[in-house]
Amino acid sequence: MPRLKSLFALAVLCLAALVAGPAGAQALNVDIVGGVKTATPIVVVPFAQQGGAPLPTDVADVIRNDFNRSGKFRALARSEIVESPSRGADIKFATWRLLKQDYITVGRISDAGGGLLRIEYELWDVNKQQSLLSQAFTAPAGDLRGVAHQIADQIYEKITGVRGAFWTRIAYITAVGLGNNTTYSLIVADSDGYNPQVVARSRESLLSPSWSPDGTKIAYVSFESGNSQVYVQDITTGSRQLVAAHKKGINGAPAWSPDGSKLAVSLSYVGNPELFVIDMATRKETRMTNSLSIDTEPTWAADGQTIYFTSDRSGRPQVYQMPAGGGSPTRISFDGQNNANADISYDGKLIAMVQGNGNVYRIAIMDRSLGGQVRFISPGPIDDSPSFAPNASMLLYAATEGRRGVLYAVSADGQVRQRLVLSDGDVREPAWGPYRQR
Amino acid sequence: MNKTARVALVALLCIGAAACSKKQEVKPQPPQPEPQPQTQPVQESNKYTPADLDTDACLRQRVVYFDFDKTEIKPEFQEIMACHAKYLQDRPEAHLRLEGNTDERGTREYNLGLGERRGNAVSDALQANGGSASQLEVISYGKEKPVCREHNEDCWSKNRRVEIVYTAK
Repeated sequence: MPRLKSLFALAVLCLAALVAGPAGAQALNVDIVGGVKTATPIVVVPFAQQGGAPLPTDVADVIRNDFNRSGKFRALARSEIVESPSRGADIKFATWRLLKQDYITVGRISDAGGGLLRIEYELWDVNKQQSLLSQAFTAPAGDLRGVAHQIADQIYEKITGVRGAFWTRIAYITAVGLGNNTTYSLIVADSDGYNPQVVARSRESLLSPSWSPDGTKIAYVSFESGNSQVYVQDITTGSRQLVAAHKKGINGAPAWSPDGSKLAVSLSYVGNPELFVIDMATRKETRMTNSLSIDTEPTWAADGQTIYFTSDRSGRPQVYQMPAGGGSPTRISFDGQNNANADISYDGKLIAMVQGNGNVYRIAIMDRSLGGQVRFISPGPIDDSPSFAPNASMLLYAATEGRRGVLYAVSADGQVRQRLVLSDGDVREPAWGPYRQR
Repeated sequence: MNKTARVALVALLCIGAAACSKKQEVKPQPPQPEPQPQTQPVQESNKYTPADLDTDACLRQRVVYFDFDKTEIKPEFQEIMACHAKYLQDRPEAHLRLEGNTDERGTREYNLGLGERRGNAVSDALQANGGSASQLEVISYGKEKPVCREHNEDCWSKNRRVEIVYTAK
């Protein structure tokens, strides 16, 4: 298992800031280029350890990386952290004002007995010299990364007013090996790519993972039988069910309804790919679309009232929406030559999609609160599978670099990107999981 | 300014693509009428046998290639359609799996649909030439099984294909 983990471990290769638009990465140590937005400067002092064995995780480091990836914060580099207070009373605010920091986090880790650690932290406003948060966690050493992500979430929410989504998981597909010797795996990992776990493995293609809203199950497509089939698998027990396996045609593109009671899929046993909704309790299939075109890639709005999907009924693939209870589809994408594979932010304001122009396929975000204005957040040329974090602060998407598939985590404004790459093989089809329940 | 340049470039590309796709819109040729039955009577000995799959120049061709985003069978593949359809007619027990594939451009699930459409186009052509629907099965792999992994048209054109696989001879 450790060997397996290292084989599939996602290595964080680079942290780069870039301007939305043309390709060209810049180092993150500079403020965001273009002066569009200034990230909030924050210092996260290394947590003091009070006795005990060396810890497997540098909690402050995990928090700093979360902040930097978000694009909302700029964490002071560890090398520039000149003092190491571990509690509020020890903070010399003048020092951090001089370093132009707005916020400071200090913390300490002690033995809580019974194999557990006590992790305490405080968040202070540097200018007001005011305590904003003071919290404690108790956890085993193996769960320190999880605690660090939860601390980052609390601080993120306190300062921005938006719930943090660092303590979440992501799913993705890896393909290792060439040709007939390729092994495909469905992996679940922490939102920063750490702790990868194999959920399913196959000698044939796996694709389109979709998280159940409670985070316990993943629906996905497997070609292991020869043809495409849709499975639902419990990620803790590993038990799985075949939910769409028509002998004729495609069984694909599963997407959970927000209440977890239904699964939208694309099935072509009727002659061409049409949307269907499967009731998970009764397994009854209800046909949603009726056209001679390809209707696929459904996704639900968070309120469960609307289904978005890809259709080429107008010639080229475009994004459509339709009432989840049935009704006429309406085309919503008009920018660029073609648009597909939409994902919707939790508040329904942002619709991410793959926009193709000529041979260049990039991730575009349509802002419905700005009258459908569209901006690009990826450089292309073969980007796919945008997936919003549950708070829509960031997205994951798949890209191809040379012959290798990689993932990027990008801030929703397109300013900060982090690459997630497999040491050996392709990584693709990312899906950002829901908030976790403590 | 940069953006303007980009927009202009995109516009040019659009025009270019439109021009190209027009050129590529070749109407499928109707199957050539058979020569006069009086002069060329159909002979029993003309029936294909499984051995012909390895020796017949036409039957040995088992891949049909497509233009970008297109599902029409190009004229140069009509002959292949005709000989495989004849084989199906000659051998009612024969069965074909038509495996639809696409190039890497576009999303995975949409490409599954596109690959199926190409498989169906080949299935339709084989039936139009005398094959029976019960002898044909279409499966789409979309862009999951490329034969070439470079990012250029030469490679993409090799991946936009339907492979004809004899599951029963």
